[in-house]
Amino acid sequence: MIFSFRRVGAMVLRHLYILRGSWPRVLEMAYWPAVNMVVWGFTSQFLTRHSDWVAQAAGVLIGAVLLWDVMFRGNLGVSLSLLEEMWSRNLGHLSVSPLRPYELVAAMLTMSVIRTVIGVVPAAVLAIPLYHYSIFTLGLPLFAFWANLMVTGWVVGLGVASLVLRFGLGAESLAWVLVFAIAPVAGIYYPISVLPAWLQPVAWALPPAHVFEGMRAIMFGHGFRGDLLLGASALNLLYLSVTVALFLRTYHVARIRGLLLNVGE
Amino acid sequence: MTLSAIDVRHLRKTFGSIVAVDSISFTVAAGSTTALLGGNGAGKTTTLSMLLGLLVPTGGSIRILGEDMVRHRYRVLPRLNFSSPYVDLPHRLTVRENLTIYGHLYGVRNLKARIGELVAELELTPFLDRASGKLSAGQKTRVALAKALLNRPDLLLLDEPTASLDPDTADWVRAYLTAYRDRTGATILLASHNMTEVERICDHVLMMKSGTIVDEGAPAALIGRYGRATLEEVFLDIARDRPRPGNPASYDEEAAQ
Repeated sequence: MIFSFRRVGAMVLRHLYILRGSWPRVLEMAYWPAVNMVVWGFTSQFLTRHSDWVAQAAGVLIGAVLLWDVMFRGNLGVSLSLLEEMWSRNLGHLSVSPLRPYELVAAMLTMSVIRTVIGVVPAAVLAIPLYHYSIFTLGLPLFAFWANLMVTGWVVGLGVASLVLRFGLGAESLAWVLVFAIAPVAGIYYPISVLPAWLQPVAWALPPAHVFEGMRAIMFGHGFRGDLLLGASALNLLYLSVTVALFLRTYHVARIRGLLLNVGE
Repeated sequence: MTLSAIDVRHLRKTFGSIVAVDSISFTVAAGSTTALLGGNGAGKTTTLSMLLGLLVPTGGSIRILGEDMVRHRYRVLPRLNFSSPYVDLPHRLTVRENLTIYGHLYGVRNLKARIGELVAELELTPFLDRASGKLSAGQKTRVALAKALLNRPDLLLLDEPTASLDPDTADWVRAYLTAYRDRTGATILLASHNMTEVERICDHVLMMKSGTIVDEGAPAALIGRYGRATLEEVFLDIARDRPRPGNPASYDEEAAQ
């Protein structure tokens, strides 16, 4: 298998050129995580005074919302990179260039990291003066949580990208909404034990449940839970392998069915 | 030594029960300019797409520049390039940014110098830092051509290279393509609906209808064979199933023999 960092770099450069030339796109990336954080910050302040559970760990909701945005942005970072090619009708040129499909995937994942950092870091920094809460106090586990949630975002993003490649731009709205299907069982704002017993195995089959429980364990003073991190990482590895294979397979099927020729709605 | 740049054998493409390309065979001589002609739905775009590797054939073989295109397309892709008015370059990026990205994708050495050389040749220097989407149709065509020539391709596949261009710009593009072929020895395969263009720049013509190649030859030979004055009249004879003058059999019956 030949892999070219030069070609991946070219694709990353392509998206960086777009960002450089369009400040509204950059603003949009940082806008929603910041607004979300502000809303949940005030909610958190209110609940700290009126809820024993939240009072035990100030910042638990802000931390949750910031980490949720990592996953959301991770997903968008992947799917938008493909959508940009489809919107600009550039996929045909790319598909007949020496760029391999797996290099395209590598470029999409790289762009996801860049977009997520641009989107979430300003909101995380803003929370420090506004609510005297720094997610960075989580220390090294923060990077493990961040990485795992971003990978889950990639899994959703690659799933969306496969659907868009298969069904055309009519499926593009999935990039914004599909990830929310996970939210109710991800345990973002409440422990998994709150869920009905029959739903809990579903939650534990998803990496975010392990991550958010791990985050709460640290914030409530129970220490770092290596078992939860291991569970999230193993599940992510499995799901990422499946969705990368799914995307590459869909790309091949698109070449059989002529879908790369008729990019559009 | 490769005598034919393209060697297609029994190439077939079906979409469910629809046969888009029906077991066609042809060769394109290295260094020639060949036209793929046919009405809408004749199978030209499907054929070009299979040659480019955008579409996987249902059957048959394609050898390009001596390589099996179906099995080893990534050995061939760095040596070919294409341009089509129906496939855009990102509109928001400038001409320089688009050419830089594709230069990196094709591994072009001394990329800045190559871009400078091409934009000078194609008279694009004043537009180098303008967004590609803000250019006129003629300028966009020249940018697409610059992208297609970045890697100095041995084989250039062009889909309607002068579509929607004014006569002056179209003439300029034709002259440039001919000069490029003569200078580099590259092979050009183009799909076009402009018969005058084909007569002027092509050595060989492949006539397609209903997914098959119904006739082929040099433009002058085809015109002579059909007893017509222009290639456009030959095209109409084929498209409308008109029998050749002095020959009651339609081309279909003759081709079947």
